[in-house]
Amino acid sequence: MNLEKIDDFHWRIPVQGNMRVPGRIVANESIVGMLREEFNKNPEWNSLNQIKNVAALPGIQRYSLALADVHCGYGAPIGSVTAMDLDEGVITFGSIGFDINCGVRTLRTPLQEKHLEGKKELLAEQLFEKIPAGLGSTGKLKLSESAIDEVLALGAEYAVKQGFGFKDDLKFTELEGKTENAEPGNVSLKAKQRQFKQIGTLGSGNHYLEVQVVEEIFDADAAKAFGLFSGQILVSIHCGSRALGHQIGMDYLKELGEATKKYGIKINDKELVCAPIKSIEGEKYFSAVSAGINCAFANRQVLAHLTREVFCNVLGLSEREIETLYDVGHNTAKIEVHEVEGERKELMVQRKGSTRGFGPGRKEIPEKYHTVGQPILVGGTMGTHSYILAGTEKGMIEVFGSGVHGAGRKMSRHAAIRQFRGEQIALELKEKGIIVKAHSLKGTAEEAPSAYKDIDSVVSVMHSSGLNKKVARLKPIITVKG
Amino acid sequence: MFELFEHKADIGVRGYGSTLAEAFEECAKAMFSVMVNIFNVRAKEEILVEVKATNLEELLVEWLNVLLSEASLREMFFSEFEVEIANENKQFRLFGKARGEKIDKKRHSIDVEVKGATYSQLKVERKNNGFLAQCVVDV
Repeated sequence: MNLEKIDDFHWRIPVQGNMRVPGRIVANESIVGMLREEFNKNPEWNSLNQIKNVAALPGIQRYSLALADVHCGYGAPIGSVTAMDLDEGVITFGSIGFDINCGVRTLRTPLQEKHLEGKKELLAEQLFEKIPAGLGSTGKLKLSESAIDEVLALGAEYAVKQGFGFKDDLKFTELEGKTENAEPGNVSLKAKQRQFKQIGTLGSGNHYLEVQVVEEIFDADAAKAFGLFSGQILVSIHCGSRALGHQIGMDYLKELGEATKKYGIKINDKELVCAPIKSIEGEKYFSAVSAGINCAFANRQVLAHLTREVFCNVLGLSEREIETLYDVGHNTAKIEVHEVEGERKELMVQRKGSTRGFGPGRKEIPEKYHTVGQPILVGGTMGTHSYILAGTEKGMIEVFGSGVHGAGRKMSRHAAIRQFRGEQIALELKEKGIIVKAHSLKGTAEEAPSAYKDIDSVVSVMHSSGLNKKVARLKPIITVKG
Repeated sequence: MFELFEHKADIGVRGYGSTLAEAFEECAKAMFSVMVNIFNVRAKEEILVEVKATNLEELLVEWLNVLLSEASLREMFFSEFEVEIANENKQFRLFGKARGEKIDKKRHSIDVEVKGATYSQLKVERKNNGFLAQCVVDV
């Protein structure tokens, strides 16, 4: 693999074969070492090839981009950003995936760790009991077919209308919790039926709810704008569009396969099935993805409110004291304005396992955060740190205003199950003062902290390169898992 | 016979059979075994499904995905499968039966949810004197 080092934090895959643009990787020597090793071990299936394959898609702008948490995905790698020209470009399943708008909502409380003394176990138990999680769990909100169409059209606003949360939550959600591009009619009945009982459920796998403490502040101005202080208790909720998103993926994997043939688009990997953005099929898929985006926003809004209720019951807070800091989505396609070759133009940015992370001044971010940039909520894994970063000017120019989403896996689930036992992990974390409540012990083993890359190193690459800015580091104290 | 295989982010499901149909049935068992201990899932209810595709690999993905949808819609797990595959004018058609029961959190030992079957490491081929059907599932 021809991989050129540009500087300490950037590598380039020069145009070769049918690539239309170069590949670009934001990384350090150690991450690049892992990528090379993966390439040598699995010549057919690895992140570097996936970056090249994405670079061969029609209409791709500037470069096929991977951020520091990159790891192998389906079609496009997790941790990738693909910006497409609206006229020449395509929308591909590979750059979005099954878990549409999987993302993180972080809530801010006025509490400090000391306020939880003697109540931590009760809080963990209550969260475990009240937040529906795990395979087969159902939510509090049971929807009819017409109601689900409203969810898909209105996103988080629907949940607020139903009494789950406040209008202020919407102000601090990406896209204010709703994209206008959704067309519920382009989502299959099966996808909707699967979602009837799943709004307000956490799901399983790597999804979680975590109570965290602000351990260190790196940027006082940004922390102030985000309402953060040292020792503060926060809650982060990581989940997505649940069964509806999965079914949209299944439905369109097939439809896009046919469209790829119909339009004679040459793809290097079957999972990169796609359609021109300006085609009937492309528009239909985008509107379905947008509906999935709204569904995930609604889902996190409901979960945020359930969390609020638990905090109020256990700790005697009032609901208004628990505020949404921000809500970011991974696995999305959005129309955004960016500068390409000195010209501002509308692009479709497809982010897979990466988040939007706009810099200061962009009109899309809440006024309160205008001068410091958009919060980027970076989820750790059980027992490891999470981070709050902010978008930067440099990130706007170089990575289409994007940020990392997490640490990225380094060990397979299979290997993790062989190596770890869920009970053991829960015990080890308990010794560190972290309470883990999980519906599946095997799932806990799969998500063992050492199955992931070192999040500190991933974040430090993004910070040192100036593409994202470190604001605060969080340590977990309670983790609820599916 | 079925087994799970290694994959960096997710997990691979593989079924072997003396016939193609049996390999598809076993692959479905492999997939449900990611979610639950299928030996605890009783075959109390039966559902019928039908899928079609232009090749056997896509047929496998369609088969697994329709089972995931049906299981999620009906809040069930499946543990027994019967498959018939017909080849009609370059179009493969699968008629399947799946048997299982409603999810019971107390009795079933539940693991992680499978979001979808993918084209990754997707293979349907002859192996020794039988067939193999496999793909990676997104969890």
